[in-house]
Amino acid sequence: MKDLDHGSKAEEMICGFSRRDFLKFCSTVAAGMGLPLGMGAKIAEAVTTQKRPPVLWLSAQECTGCTETLLRTNHPTLDKLILELISLEYHETLLVGAGKQAEDWREKSMKEHKGKYILVVDGSIPVKDNGIYCKIGGKTALALLSEMAADAAAVIAIGSCASWGGVPSADPNPTGATPAHEVLKSKGIKTPVVNIPGCPPNPYNFLSTVLYFVTFKKLPELDDQARPKFAYGRLIHENCERRPHFDAGRFAVQFGDEGHRKGYCLYKLGCKGPETFANCPVQLFNDVGSGAWPVGTGHPCFGCTEKGVGFTVPLHTPARPKYITPPSLFPGLDAKKGGGVTAAAAAVVAGIAGAAIGAGVATAKNLGKNEGHESKEK
Amino acid sequence: MDMKRRDFLKIAAGSGILLAAGEPAFAREAKKLPPNALGILYDATVCVGCKVCQVACKQQNEMPNEHTAPEAIWDDPIDLSGKTLNIIKAYKEGTGENKDADKDGYSFIKRHCMHCIDPSCVSACPVSALKKDPDNGIVTYDKKACIGCRYCQVACPYNIPKFEFDKPFPQIRKCQLCNHRFKENKFSACCEFCPTGASIFGKVTDLMEEAKKRLLLKAGDYYHYPVAHVKSREMSYRPVAKYLNHVYGEKEGGGTQYLLLAGMPFGKLGLPELSERSDASLSEGLQHTLYKGMIAPGVVLAGLLFAAYRSTRSHKDDE
Repeated sequence: MKDLDHGSKAEEMICGFSRRDFLKFCSTVAAGMGLPLGMGAKIAEAVTTQKRPPVLWLSAQECTGCTETLLRTNHPTLDKLILELISLEYHETLLVGAGKQAEDWREKSMKEHKGKYILVVDGSIPVKDNGIYCKIGGKTALALLSEMAADAAAVIAIGSCASWGGVPSADPNPTGATPAHEVLKSKGIKTPVVNIPGCPPNPYNFLSTVLYFVTFKKLPELDDQARPKFAYGRLIHENCERRPHFDAGRFAVQFGDEGHRKGYCLYKLGCKGPETFANCPVQLFNDVGSGAWPVGTGHPCFGCTEKGVGFTVPLHTPARPKYITPPSLFPGLDAKKGGGVTAAAAAVVAGIAGAAIGAGVATAKNLGKNEGHESKEK
Repeated sequence: MDMKRRDFLKIAAGSGILLAAGEPAFAREAKKLPPNALGILYDATVCVGCKVCQVACKQQNEMPNEHTAPEAIWDDPIDLSGKTLNIIKAYKEGTGENKDADKDGYSFIKRHCMHCIDPSCVSACPVSALKKDPDNGIVTYDKKACIGCRYCQVACPYNIPKFEFDKPFPQIRKCQLCNHRFKENKFSACCEFCPTGASIFGKVTDLMEEAKKRLLLKAGDYYHYPVAHVKSREMSYRPVAKYLNHVYGEKEGGGTQYLLLAGMPFGKLGLPELSERSDASLSEGLQHTLYKGMIAPGVVLAGLLFAAYRSTRSHKDDE
């Protein structure tokens, strides 16, 4: 009887959620990653039966935007996430302790969970002048990252800065800002790295990656830039709600013009959607419903998830589409090709034609002369 | 030259007439449909103009994009070219409101190689770079044999073979029915990716049967249109449009392996009206008769030599 009671109680509340809500959350995460329906239950099992996965969060040259985006998750809310789903051992912004207390805890936690914790890095790592441009507790970010990544099970680089350099790496890159994976490569650290670029990235892309790792003990499928394919597998352009306008050739040309007010395609305002891989138009931001993403609000995509696009190409420079497809305009049946004849080509053709005519006339004349000559002789 | 001006012109005109007349007596027998002929049936009434076939064709044949608009953001060819093997064009008449209607209507048309039963390009090609497969009837191109004379371009009544004028080592480009995908057990990309069943792949005999069946349907009835392949189990169940009672490619120019159905006359959709007799059977017969055993050319050469000899001798006599 006692056992039964205990069982039902455990069923009622898991991680502070009702069982129903908890499974719902796990299924949502599974769906977000494109996993089969039954996976929700498996994630729930992994999260509840195992010890909460320890997560250490290292911030380097960053703006705290990535933390802010995580604070705005609604399923689950941040308190549920860091107190019940994962065990957030160290995070400079969210730590209760400070100073030596915090640093001591970091070292203790690293020892305790050696080889098991997930290291999250946000912000790029300055490497110029031995990394003196970013220090925490007297240690450079460069040293901290090498130290912490060596003992981690996996490194998740959150945000554009940690993934490919981001704002701090913009020309002329005064601090030698370097993404986390390049630092690890140069130090010969073999811990697997996942990049979740974005400025800031969608928190659910991050969350899904963490829970995938906890559940399956491996990283999700990654693309050539180590970004999870479930989130960065497609161009923004492919899922954009303004795409039909692009295909039909209807563009906003200036902010506030008629096309802009009508919600036309923002390509001519410099939208980088055609060359940027991210799930922004599908996942959206802040859990407030449709249209809550940059292009939805009327601003061209900035290309923050793409190295060499965001913070590199000027904001209003038109993108170079990655996959070129036909427009929804059709050629007529009698379409004429070519831009007419150039003056040089016409001159050459006329010259040849003139020579041919001249030769013909000369031949004909000669025939006549011959005839005349013969008759004379006769 | 020992010839009167008058005679010279007479002979020149005479030989022109002889060539132009093309006496049917010279004609060879028209070629028959190969035993396992493969082809495509395109039904313009089912086509929605989504251009998936155009995209799939470019991808599967690794063809470059073509930009005609000032911004290079779309692949927007306006006709078949050295970069485009397959194109969807649109015809519009009057207000252009009604699909497939003869009056105030519009229609799409998909253009690529017709894979003629008796192809003029194969007949015209002096080096057999263009060949017709004796089994499946696909008209293929061999870039190694091609000398770039472009006779095929002139010979084709449908204006299909295109030359890569912009390349230093150009080739003739045209649809080869995705025969490079056959070994993967796949077929023409334009059919495989067509979402509505407007383009279907299959044996020409099956396609012809399907086309004839569709012509017997009553407009407004519902019919299971096979998708991608004529023998496909995937069907699209949709109302039947009013068909023009004609299968283009059944008889045109001796018949083709690309068959078309539409709701409006094919002349409006840019397809030429051709006689049932293939051009190749006439011209090739004439050519082959003229050059048979190289007797006629030999006689002409001998005549020329004799004329030259005589004229030089008369000059010598003069001296």
